[in-house]
Amino acid sequence: MTELAIPAVTIGPLAPVLIVLGAAGLVLLLDLLPRPGGRELIATVALAGVVGALLATLMRWGKPGRAFNDMVVLDDFALFANVVICYAAALVVLLSIDYLRQKGPEAGEYYALLLFATSGMMLLAAAGDLVVLFLALELMSLSLYVLAGLFKRELASSEASMKYFVLGAFAASFLLYGIALIYGATATTNLDRIAATAAGRAHDPLLVIGLGLLLVGFGFKISSVPFHMWAPDVYQGAPTSVTALIATGSKAAAFAALIRVLVTALRGSQPDWTALLWIVAAVTMTVGNVVAIAQSNLKRLLAYSSIAHVGYMLIGVVAGGSAGPGAVLFYLLTYVFTTAGAFGVLTLCERARVEAVEVGDYAGLARRHPVLAAALGLFLLSLVGIPPLAGFVGKFYLFAAAVRAGYLWLAVIGVLNSAIAAYYYLRVVVFMYMREPDGVGATLVPSFAGGLALAIALVGIVLLGVIPAPFADLAQAAVAPLLR
Amino acid sequence: MRSLLTAVTFFPALGALALVFVPRSRAGVLKTAALLIALLVFALSLPLYFGFDGDSAGFQFEEERAWMPTLGVSYHVGIDGISMLLVLLTTFLTPLALASAWHAIEDRLKEFVVTVLVLETGMLGVFVSLDLFLFYVFWEAMLIPMYFIIGVWGGTNRVYAAVKFVLYTLAGSLLMLIAILAFYYRHGAATGTYTFDITTLARWVVAPGLAQNLMFLAFALAFAIKVPLFPFHTWLPDAHVEAPTAGSVILAGVLLKMGTYGFLRFCLPLFPDASLAFGPLVSALAVIGIVYGAWVSTVQPDVKKLVAYSSVSHLGFVMLGIFTLTQQGLVGGVIQMVNHGLSTGALFLMVGMMYERRHTRLITDFGGLWKVVPAFSAFFMVVVFSSLGLPGLNGFVGEFLILVGAFGVNPWLAAVATTGIVFAAVYLLWMYQRVIFGEVTHEENRALTDLSPREWAVLAPVVVLIVWIGVYPTAFTGKTEATLEALIAQVESKSGAPRVSVAVGAGPADPATMTPHAPVSGHPRSMPAPRTPLQ
Repeated sequence: MTELAIPAVTIGPLAPVLIVLGAAGLVLLLDLLPRPGGRELIATVALAGVVGALLATLMRWGKPGRAFNDMVVLDDFALFANVVICYAAALVVLLSIDYLRQKGPEAGEYYALLLFATSGMMLLAAAGDLVVLFLALELMSLSLYVLAGLFKRELASSEASMKYFVLGAFAASFLLYGIALIYGATATTNLDRIAATAAGRAHDPLLVIGLGLLLVGFGFKISSVPFHMWAPDVYQGAPTSVTALIATGSKAAAFAALIRVLVTALRGSQPDWTALLWIVAAVTMTVGNVVAIAQSNLKRLLAYSSIAHVGYMLIGVVAGGSAGPGAVLFYLLTYVFTTAGAFGVLTLCERARVEAVEVGDYAGLARRHPVLAAALGLFLLSLVGIPPLAGFVGKFYLFAAAVRAGYLWLAVIGVLNSAIAAYYYLRVVVFMYMREPDGVGATLVPSFAGGLALAIALVGIVLLGVIPAPFADLAQAAVAPLLR
Repeated sequence: MRSLLTAVTFFPALGALALVFVPRSRAGVLKTAALLIALLVFALSLPLYFGFDGDSAGFQFEEERAWMPTLGVSYHVGIDGISMLLVLLTTFLTPLALASAWHAIEDRLKEFVVTVLVLETGMLGVFVSLDLFLFYVFWEAMLIPMYFIIGVWGGTNRVYAAVKFVLYTLAGSLLMLIAILAFYYRHGAATGTYTFDITTLARWVVAPGLAQNLMFLAFALAFAIKVPLFPFHTWLPDAHVEAPTAGSVILAGVLLKMGTYGFLRFCLPLFPDASLAFGPLVSALAVIGIVYGAWVSTVQPDVKKLVAYSSVSHLGFVMLGIFTLTQQGLVGGVIQMVNHGLSTGALFLMVGMMYERRHTRLITDFGGLWKVVPAFSAFFMVVVFSSLGLPGLNGFVGEFLILVGAFGVNPWLAAVATTGIVFAAVYLLWMYQRVIFGEVTHEENRALTDLSPREWAVLAPVVVLIVWIGVYPTAFTGKTEATLEALIAQVESKSGAPRVSVAVGAGPADPATMTPHAPVSGHPRSMPAPRTPLQ
C-alpha cells in the first residue's frame, strides 16, 4: 500500500476569516434558542466576532502567511484591507442594533449574513488565486443581495435586492468568463504564476479580452461608470445599515482585490489597463458628482457621491507605483469612517416615524440636535475634502501620487470634481444650519450603540486628518509585498 | 518665548473649544469670554511687533516640528516683515468684530463666537505658515467658518452668497493644490529633497518656461480670486453685503489680504520669471479693478455694497504696488494692505452701526445725520477721508508710495490709477454728503442715538491707528522694508537664471540673517550648494 500523501494544510492565515465564520455559526445557533432579550446577545456575539478578527489581524502584522498552495495570501496588503473591512463591519453592527429594532425584523440571520459578507470580504482581500477570488466575491455578494432585501414588506427593499442580484450575477458571469480566458492564456489561475507567464505575453488576445472582462466584473462591484447604475437604487432601497456595509466594506474588498490582480498578475499589461482606467476614473468622478447635484434623497446623494469617490480612488490605481495603491488603501480607511458615519447619522434620524432620508427632512437639524448636525456636517466636510479632516489628507495622497506619476490632467479633473462636489455636500449643510423645517423636522432616535459608532467615526476622521502619517506610511508599506 | 507664534495661532481655537462647554443660555458670559479671549490673543501678539527686528530680512519667531517626515511636511511657522503686520491686523480686528456683534447677534450666539474664534486661528495660521502643506491646510480650513458666518447670520440672500463664496474660492485653491504638488515633485526630482518647506523651496531656481508659467497661473488664480482681482471679483459684493457686520469686517479686513499675501509669499519668490512676464497683465487688471470698482461704487444705492466695491478698487492699488517690484511699490502695497483693513473695516463697522439703528442701508433713507449724531458723523468723516487717501491719514501713505513705484515702471498705468483716487473721492464724498450732510429728510432719523460707549471703544482704536499710520508710518513700514528689499533682490537674482551658478542672495530664506528666536529642530533640509538652475 502506498503512503497517502496528505498535503500540509495550514489554516493560520485563515484565522481572521475563521473567527468571523465561527461567530456567524454561533449567531445562527443562538437564533434557534428561545431568547428573552436575546437580541442584544446576538449582536454582541457578532461584534465580538468582528473585533476578534480585527485583533487576530493585528497580531499577524508583519508575519505574512500563505495557505492552500498559495491560494490564500495573508500578506500586509491583505492585513491592511482586513483592518479596513473589520472597522466597516464593526461600525455597521453597532449601527444595526437599534436601527433594526426601530425599523424592521430583528432576525438573527441579519447578523449571520452580515458576518458571512464580512468573511467574504476578508477572503477577497487575501485571495491569491482567481478561483478563490471568485469564491469570496460570490460569498460576499450573495450575502449582500439577501441583506439588501431584508425589509421584506417594503417594495423598495425588494426591488433593490432584485436589481442588485440580477446585475450582480450578470457581472459575476463576466468576471468568470474573464478568469476563464486568462486561464486559457496562462494555464494557471494563481496570481503569481499568471504574473510570471503573462509577463512576456501582454498582447495575447485571450489575455487582453480576459483583462477587459475582468475589469467589467470588478467595475460593477466597485460601481464605476458605466457599471454604476445599480448603486443609487440599491443604496436607496436597502436598509440603511446594509447600505453602509455595501458602501464601505464591499468597496474596500473589491478595490483590494482589483489592486492585487492588476498589480501582481497583470503587471505586464499595465499600459493597457492604465489607459482604460484613466478614462473610467475621469468619467466616474464626473458622472458621480454631476448627477449627485440633482438628488434630493440623501441616500441616493450619498450613493452618487460614493461613485464619485470610486473615481478618485481609481486615480490612485492609475497612478501605480507604490504611491498610488498605498494612497488608495489609506483613502479606503478614511472613507470607511466617513461613509459609515454619514449613513450612521441617517440610521439615527426619523421623521414622523419614518426614516428621514430626504434632504428637506434635515432642515433646521442644527437647532434641535446640534451635536448630531455637527457630526453630519463634519462627515460631509470630510467628504468634500476640507482640512484638517481625513478626507482632505486622503485626496491629497491620491493627487500627489497622480502628479508624481505624471498624470497631471487626471489630477486636475479630480480637483475640479472636488470643487463641484462641494456644492451638493454643502447643500445638506445649508439645510441643517440655514433653513427651518416645514412642520416637524427630523428627530433623533436614541441609541447608545449608534452613538458609539458615530463617536468612533468622528474620532477616526479627525485623527486621520491631523496625524495621518503613521497610517499612510503603513498603507504604503502594505503595498510593498505586491510590487515584488 | 519659544512657542509664541503657536500660542498666538492656536489660542483662539482652544478658547473656542472651551466656550463649547458654556451653556447656551449664558449669552453674556459667552460674549464676554469670547471678547476676552480675542483681546488676550491681541495682547499675546504685541511682543511680535515689539520684538520684531526691522533690520533683519529673514523669518523671526521661527518654530519647526516634524509632522509627516516621510512626505516632507513639517510644522514650520515664522513671520517676516510682511506677515507680522498682517498677524497684528488679524488679532487687532477680531476683538473689534466681536465687540461690534454685541447686540447684533442674538440667535445662536454661542455658535457665532465659536466660529469667529476658529476662523481667527485659520487666518493666523495662513499668515504664519512656512510649510506649503500647512499653509494649504489653513487656507482651506478657514473657508468653512466664513461660510457659516455668512450663511447662518447673514442677510436675506445669505445662502446664495455663502455658497458662491465657497465654491469660487474652493475651485481656485484646489487648482493651487495641483500646482503645489507639481512644484514639490519638480523640486524633489531636481534637488533630491522632497519637502514642502517654503524656505527650502524658495532657494531653488525654476527654469523659465511653460511649467513655471502654469504653476504661477494656478497659484495666481487662487490668490486673484481672494484679493479679488478683476475679473474674479464677482463673489465679493454678495459675500460682503450678506455677511453680518462682524463677518464683513473680518472678510474685508483680513481675508482679502490673504490673496495679496499669497502673491508676495509664493508667486514672487517661487516663480520670479513668470511674475515678471505676467506682471504687466496683472497690473493692467489691477488698474481696471481700481477704476471699475470706483465707478460701480458710485452708482450703488446700498452703502454696504458701495463699500464692498470700494474694496475691489483699493486692493487694485495693492496689486499694482506689488507688481511694480520696486521698493516703494512693495512697501506701499504692504502698508496699504494694513490701511485697507483698518479703513474698510471701520467703514463696515459704521455701516453696521447705522443698520442696527435703522435696519436699512439705503443711502436715500438717511440724510442730515450730522445734526442728530455728531460723534458718529465725525468718526465717519475720518474714516471716509482715510479711505480716499487724504494726506495726514493712513490711506495717503500707501497710495502715494504705490503710485510712485508704479510711475517708475509704467507712467500710463500710474496715471490711470491716479484717476482712481479722484473717483474714490467722488463716490465716498457723494455718499457722505447724502448720508450725513443736508437736512434731515426722514423723521425716523431724528430719533437716532449717538455712539454708545461700546461703539466709542470699537471705533477709537481704529481711528487712532489711522492717524498714527498717516502721521508716522515708519513705525510700521520700517518693519517691512528689509524683508521687501530682500524679496526684490531674490526675484531679481532668480529670474532669467543664467547657466552660471549664482551665489545665494539675501533672500528672506537666508539662514545667515535669520534671527534665532527658536532652535530649529532636526529638519532634513539638504543644502544644495549654489542654486543650480534646472536645465
